[in-house]
Amino acid sequence: MHLQIATRRIADTVVARPEGRIDHRTAAPFEDALAPLLADAVARRGPLVLDFSAIDYISSVGLRVLMVAARQMREHQTLLLVAALQGVVAEIFAISRFDRVLVVTATLDDALAKCSPEALAIHRSGNRSANPETAP
Amino acid sequence: MKGVRIWGCRGSLPVALTAAGVRDKLLTTLRAARGRSIATDGDLDAILAGLPFAVAGTYGGHSSCVQIDTGGADYFVCDMGSGLRPFGQAATAQRQGKPQTFHIFMSHLHWDHIMGLPFFVPAFIPGNRIVIYGSHRELESALRRQQEPPSFPVDFRIFGATMEFVHLEPGRAHEIAGVRVTTMLQRHGGDSYGYRFESGGRTAVYSTDSEHPLSDPAHTERFVAFFGDADLVVFDAMYSLADAISVKADWGHSSNIVGVELCQMANAKHLCLFHHEPVFDDAAIDAMLAETRRLEKITRGATALHVSAAFDGMDIAL
Repeated sequence: MHLQIATRRIADTVVARPEGRIDHRTAAPFEDALAPLLADAVARRGPLVLDFSAIDYISSVGLRVLMVAARQMREHQTLLLVAALQGVVAEIFAISRFDRVLVVTATLDDALAKCSPEALAIHRSGNRSANPETAP
Repeated sequence: MKGVRIWGCRGSLPVALTAAGVRDKLLTTLRAARGRSIATDGDLDAILAGLPFAVAGTYGGHSSCVQIDTGGADYFVCDMGSGLRPFGQAATAQRQGKPQTFHIFMSHLHWDHIMGLPFFVPAFIPGNRIVIYGSHRELESALRRQQEPPSFPVDFRIFGATMEFVHLEPGRAHEIAGVRVTTMLQRHGGDSYGYRFESGGRTAVYSTDSEHPLSDPAHTERFVAFFGDADLVVFDAMYSLADAISVKADWGHSSNIVGVELCQMANAKHLCLFHHEPVFDDAAIDAMLAETRRLEKITRGATALHVSAAFDGMDIAL
């Protein structure tokens, strides 16, 4: 199964927006799709924001992928943020306590405010530094 | 198979309510009674019925011990934590001196799962037969060792009952006193084994001290098959998922989230959260149960999964 993640660069920050369900079938493709984004964030030492506004379910296996990703980013002093959790996913984060071990924000604006004032300013003005692109 | 009784639900270490804990419960109860009639026992029952279990009851603190009521004459028990002591006292009182056979199934040999044996009254009574099953090669030596000096003042020679040890080959089904018993290797320090009991069209699974590596789909498939269509799964839910795969990774325990997921995939009917973290008080376990029920509801497929949290003295009908 192939999982699409739309990405865009805003100043020094990459915002990745996966869509759909991250469950026992799709967690591995999600991990594969995330890998180059993590490598890129580590290489440029810039933040990576996962915009979860279009994720409607995540299982334990998917949460493990996020845990591994966050650990990898921490080891390189790079920031991973998860933003805009919706309904069920927000509850799953709370019940699993992932809202306590990952940097989670209510909105994408909140995430950008935490990691890059410049990216936030650009995002708010609607002036993005690059066109949307899609990573595998 | 008729049912299951929990004699010890706590993980790692027995715990007890403190005086402060009892006082908190009393205060909360008295506040709930303020302004209400307490004239009759019926009034009092009504007030208590309106209180959370964490206030009106307690989950208890004995370490792992679970009785399987097979409907037959013999006793079936999983693990010999400190809960084995009240079980032994109850069994002795129930059968009033008649010789009995006890089939005891060991998940593993860690301290909290064996500490009840030196205090197991039926083992002291001549005529009783105690058959201890397990898949660890050190099954007998570990139990004898805990009763050797300087750990304990009396060794196995004090026991009047016949003591037998039976090695169970993991992954195979065994017919024991009319019950089909299947064991499975689990991930835990020094290994542990889960048990699947099948009899009279009912199935109960005992799976404690078991960590689930989420990166291994084959492992998940094995457990889904092991839990398949079970009427009850007693499941190690000691930690939150975040703890289980981060600071407490490789500690050999699991979470409520993984319990719900595995039971949903396995089409099991009842998930009983077990091996509670000893630092959790009653309110914390109540909250975990409520969260787990909520998780089950928001992720439910075609059929509902009943979720409960084990407490000492809990009876579950099958």
